[in-house]
Order: sequence, then C-alpha cells, then structure tokens
Amino acid sequence: MAFEKDFNLDVTELRLGLPGTSEESEKQASTTLRISNKRAMPDMNEDSSVAADKKCDQETAPPTKAQVVGWPPIRSYRKNSLQTKKTEAETCGMYVKVSMDGAPYLRKIDLKMYKGYPELLKALEEMFKFKVGKYSEREGYNGSEFVPTYEDKDGDLMLVGDVPWEMFINSCKRLRIMKGSEARGLGCVV
Amino acid sequence: MESSELKRSKDSVNSCESARRSSFPDEVLERVLSLLKSHRDRSSVSLVCKDWYNAERWSRTHVFIGNCYSVSPEIVARRFPRIRSVTLKGKPRFSDFNLVPENWGADIHAWLVVFAAKYPFLEELRLKRMAISDESLEFLAVSFPNFKALSLLSCDGFSTNGLAAIATHCKNLTELDIQENGIDDIGGSWLSCFPESFTTLEVLNFANLTSDINFDMLEKLVGRCKSMRVLKLNRSVSLEQLQRLLVNAPQLAELGTGLFSQELTIREYEELESALSNCKNMHTLSGLWDATGMYLPALYLACTHLTFLNLSYAALQSVELAKLLAHCPQLKRLWVLDSVEDKGLEAVGLNCPLLEELRVFPADPFDNEIVHGVTEAGFVAVSFGCPRLHYVLYFCRQMTNAAVATIVQNCPDFTHFRLCIMNPGQPDYLTNEPMDEAFGAVVKTCTKLQRLSVSGLLTDLTFEYIGRYAKNLETLSVAFAGRSDWGMQCVLGGCPKLRKLEIRDCPFGNAALLSGLEKYESMRSLWMSACNVTMNGCRLLAREMPRLNVEARGGMPHHLSLLSEMLGTRQTENY
Repeated sequence: MAFEKDFNLDVTELRLGLPGTSEESEKQASTTLRISNKRAMPDMNEDSSVAADKKCDQETAPPTKAQVVGWPPIRSYRKNSLQTKKTEAETCGMYVKVSMDGAPYLRKIDLKMYKGYPELLKALEEMFKFKVGKYSEREGYNGSEFVPTYEDKDGDLMLVGDVPWEMFINSCKRLRIMKGSEARGLGCVV
Repeated sequence: MESSELKRSKDSVNSCESARRSSFPDEVLERVLSLLKSHRDRSSVSLVCKDWYNAERWSRTHVFIGNCYSVSPEIVARRFPRIRSVTLKGKPRFSDFNLVPENWGADIHAWLVVFAAKYPFLEELRLKRMAISDESLEFLAVSFPNFKALSLLSCDGFSTNGLAAIATHCKNLTELDIQENGIDDIGGSWLSCFPESFTTLEVLNFANLTSDINFDMLEKLVGRCKSMRVLKLNRSVSLEQLQRLLVNAPQLAELGTGLFSQELTIREYEELESALSNCKNMHTLSGLWDATGMYLPALYLACTHLTFLNLSYAALQSVELAKLLAHCPQLKRLWVLDSVEDKGLEAVGLNCPLLEELRVFPADPFDNEIVHGVTEAGFVAVSFGCPRLHYVLYFCRQMTNAAVATIVQNCPDFTHFRLCIMNPGQPDYLTNEPMDEAFGAVVKTCTKLQRLSVSGLLTDLTFEYIGRYAKNLETLSVAFAGRSDWGMQCVLGGCPKLRKLEIRDCPFGNAALLSGLEKYESMRSLWMSACNVTMNGCRLLAREMPRLNVEARGGMPHHLSLLSEMLGTRQTENY
C-alpha cells in the first residue's frame, strides 16, 4: 500500500496547521521544536494558543480515580508480577493505550500482534466500531469521519501510516482516534 | 479449656470406666483414633470423655493452629506430646493487601524453640502469613534431624540465605515449597547447597523466586531425585532447559514451567512437545510465564489428563485459550487472567464440563482508564457449561443482579463465591440498583456456601440476607458496603457457623461491634479497618470479653483485630 513506501524527506515539509492558524504561529511551532521531519501540533508547545488549550482539555481522558490501598484485593506477589510485566512491555513499546474522541474509556493493544498497518487499522475499526477512509500520502485519511493518529516518543502527534511500520511500532507511545475534522492539516503538504 | 473439659466429663467418667473395663484397652482406642485425620473430628472426639480426650491427644500427630495467637506453643506441647507435623497461620488475611502494619507479629521463632525441646522428631512445618527470619530457618534446619517438609505461603522476613540453610542441613528433606512470599531474593545459589548425595526430594517449588539458579545443579538434582512428583520452576528456567529436565523426570505429577517464550528451532520444539507428552502422570500445570500462542501447542498432548491448569501468569487471548482448552477435557480447576475476556470464558463453558473451580484474575487492575477484562457475560457462559462449579474467584468490571441469579441457578452447589466488582460501590450497571439481590440469590440458593466475598453497591439488605440464609457460612469478606450498624448486626446475629469476618471501609460502628459478644467466642478472628468503630468501643469490648485478644490501632482505630480463644499472652510491640 501507498504508505509502506519510504517518503522523501527533503520534498515533504510536514507541519500541522489548524484551520485558521496563521503562518506565524506555525513558523513559531516549527522553530521551537527540534528539527525533524515530523508534524507537530501547536498545542504541544509551551506557546500554545488559547484555542489549543481548550482542545487539550477536551482531549484529556477522564481523571483517574485515586488508587485505594489494598484494592482490588490482589496479593503483593501477584501485583509485583503484573508491574514487572507491565514495565517490561512498556519499555519495549509494544503495549499502547488507544483512545477515541468521545469514548469514555481507553483500550490497550499490543502492537506486536499486528503485521502491518492494514491489520492494525482493521483491529481498531472493530474495536471502536468506526470506519477509516483510504489513506494517501498526500491527503491522509481524507473524507474519514475518524482518523487514527498517534503520539510518538518525542511527544509529537503523527498520522498513522506516515512512517514505515517498523519505525511506527518502535516509536508509537499512544494511539488516538481523532475526529476527522480536527485532524485536517495532519498530513497535508503545505 | 482443659479444666472445663474435666468438669464436664465428670459425669461421663463412670460410664467410661465401666465401658473401659469391659472391652476397650487404651492402646486399641489410640490405634483407632490415630486413623482420624480431620482436626475437627479430633476436636469432637476429645470432648467425649476424659479417656477419649487422652487417647486423642496421644494419638495426634498433626496439629493445625488457625490463629497463632489463640494458644501458646507451651500449651500445645503439653497437650499433644507426639506431634510430627504442624500447620500454623498468623497474620490476618488483609495483610496480603498491605492493610496490616509492618512488624505486626506472628513470628515463628518462639514456636520453634518450644518444638526443638518438645518435638525433636518434628517432620513437617507449614506456615501461612507468618514472619520467619533466616536465623529461624537455620535454627529449624539444625534442630530437627528428621525434618522432611517445609511449606511457606505468604510469609515474610527471610531471604534465600535461609533456604540455603535448609538445603544444606536437612538430609531427609522431601518437600520444599516456597510460595508467594515476601522473600528477599539475594541470589540462586541456595539450590546448589543440596549435597550431591541428596536424593529424597519429592516436592520442589521455587516459582516465587526471580534470581537465576545454577541450571546444571538443578538438572543433577532432579536427575537423582527419582521420587520427585512436584517441580515448579521459576522464570529463569528456559524452554530448552525445561525439556532437558523433563527428559529425566517423566514421572512428574505437577509441573510449573519457567518462561514459556523463547526462539526455538523446529527440532527443539518437537523435543519439547515430546518431553511434555511423556509425562503421563501430569495432572497439574502452572508457570507458563509470558506464554503466547506460538508455543502453547507444545502442551496439547500433555493436557489430556490435566485436572488443574494455572494460566494466571500468562496473558492469553481468547482464541489461544480456546484452542488450548479443546485439549483439556478433564479439567477441574482453571486459573486465568482476564485478558481472555468473555469470549475466552465461553470457551471454558464449552470445553470443560467437569470444571469445579474457576479463578479469573485481573491483568491490569490498577489502570482505571483501560476497558479490560471480563463482564457478567463470561461468568454466565461458564455457569451454563459447568454445572459442577463450586469455587469461584472472579474479578470483573461490571455485574448485574440478574446475571448472578442465573449463575447460581445453574450452579447451586457453590461452596466458595468470591466476586470482586473492581470499582468500589458500583451498582448493577443495567438497572443502577444495588447488588443486594445478587448476593441474596447466592445465599438463598447455595445452601452449602462456606465462603463469601461481596462487592459492588450494597445496602444493609445484603447482610440481612446473609444473616438469615447463610447457614453454613464460615468466612465473609466485606469492603465498601452496607449502610448502618444494622448490616453487621444481622450477620453477627445469624450465620451460626461464622468463623472469620473481615471488613474494610464500611459504616459499621460500636453498636455493631458490641452486638457480637457472644458470637466472637466461636469465631477465629474479626478484622475491621476504616470503619466507624472508636477506641472506646474497643476498650468496652475488651473489658466485656477478657478472653478475647482485642487489638486496636490509631486514634480512631484504623485497624481492629479480634483474635479469639486467648489462652496465651500476645506480646505487644510498640507501633
């Protein structure tokens, strides 16, 4: 599929711009970040605009309940076993949380279970009951109601499919299925 | 206890004497009574008359002490002169969940000192929730030349150095069973302390330990212990090493594998499969850390006669579990992680008609954001396929009253029903009502119920039901439940066989606590934490019941533990 190919780093200058964002703030965004060929959302910077802040609030998952001592009642030994497994899995970058805008709960998947993007997308579609449109390098998932994105090791928001699969599973920290309207600009060549 | 027994038996002494003169020498009575194994039967026997009391105490070889503070080691030794095997339990169960303060007590050492003097031929020691130091383990190892079996479950205070002492000195050891302890794992060299001439080991369980052991030493040890029937390895043992061990120990009845994940060649895989299937006696399988679909098929042939499968350290998906269970038709006990989800449990219902026990543990219990695990649907599916189910431990994220009613209708023989709806105080998710009717159905339908753990949103009605219907209930665990003192009063006023009651974070106060005075005499223990009991309530209780050991901690006592039948003195430490 189209997104399996390596992309030409020089030709594509990748930046995220929200509808209505000025050229200036975009430039600001790209200069405060490390030089990279990645897209960045303005609200990932310290200089985020008010609009971006509001957006952040919406993105935040429901606040985690304070953990109660000794609950659920699981023996320390088993608890420690789980923690070890969790830490191991997380440092390997295999288990990632998946959230979808509008859904109250997250899911967790093991990226190692999938051989490539088609399998992953199919699994996400089944999990969250949505359909993703056709991907193209130029236009991303143009026309989709929902768009799969992910947060990588550097904290940048990326479109699922833009980088080769191996690079993706090694750098993906968290998946987020965004509303198509909000993802406009992700994946657009300026 | 002794004096009241003598008083009671005065009347029957005469009749006993005449019976004795006519037919029964003491030796015969002792011989007959020595065949009695159940400690409850023995308790009953000892109450018949003075002769039977004596015959029983002379013939008893195993003593079970459910609460180490209920009696002193001196009194035990005085009553039972011929003990070879001791089982002791210490801390309240909630210590497993970090609710009991450190240094609470339950130290074994004082017991060992008495045993060394009075029971030099002691063979077995099984401890649960006791504190045991390396010094104590060393003392044990050198004090009892006939020592055979050591089992430590949920204990703490020791390190692998203590195990080294046991391996070094216990020449007749048949059993070393180290399970789920707070052990300081310094290294694996303890295993190498078994002498080369040592061949008697039958049970070796070190699954709990994380350090690498010397595999060569282990291989040699397993090779020369021809009577070994239980071998539970730790994670450090690889699949390839497992195969080598099994080739020399096909007689194993219980196997705990090490890590079940490794790159194997086809030939290595086939060798593993062959070694596993050669274990014709294998009825219990555990370990299987990090097992994935890739190598589970190696187990298929070995599972034909399996009765207990513990997958609680392998986060399997539903499809993998289903495929595996298709090969386990004889399964009676199954432990899994909730990663198998409801679909996996449907497979349980379809493949395991003989199932008696199911435990579903949460794979990700502390991450509140994640939607995970099993729901009422999985439990219901199992109940339809497994009518013999009588023991369940089920961690889930949602439940309904209707589902539980269906479950107990399908499986009315529950003896142990432990349901943990993981979000405290959560109602029936469909009707938004409390879960009272669910537990009402359980106690009304399951007349054999011995152990119950409740959860979800519960009013006092749940406890009314329990008090009224749970005639055989011995152990009750309650958390984040109830509305008023009335709830606890119902339980203490009903449940004729109640022995252990543990309560946390419930609105039960002094009135409830003090309503159980009569009840506490027949109970083993009561635990209350984060309830509405006050220090004055505890003082009043202690005053009213001088034979009870009442401990309270904190200003508004955060922890109150009530240990009955105080015949020794509890050494109070400064908290």
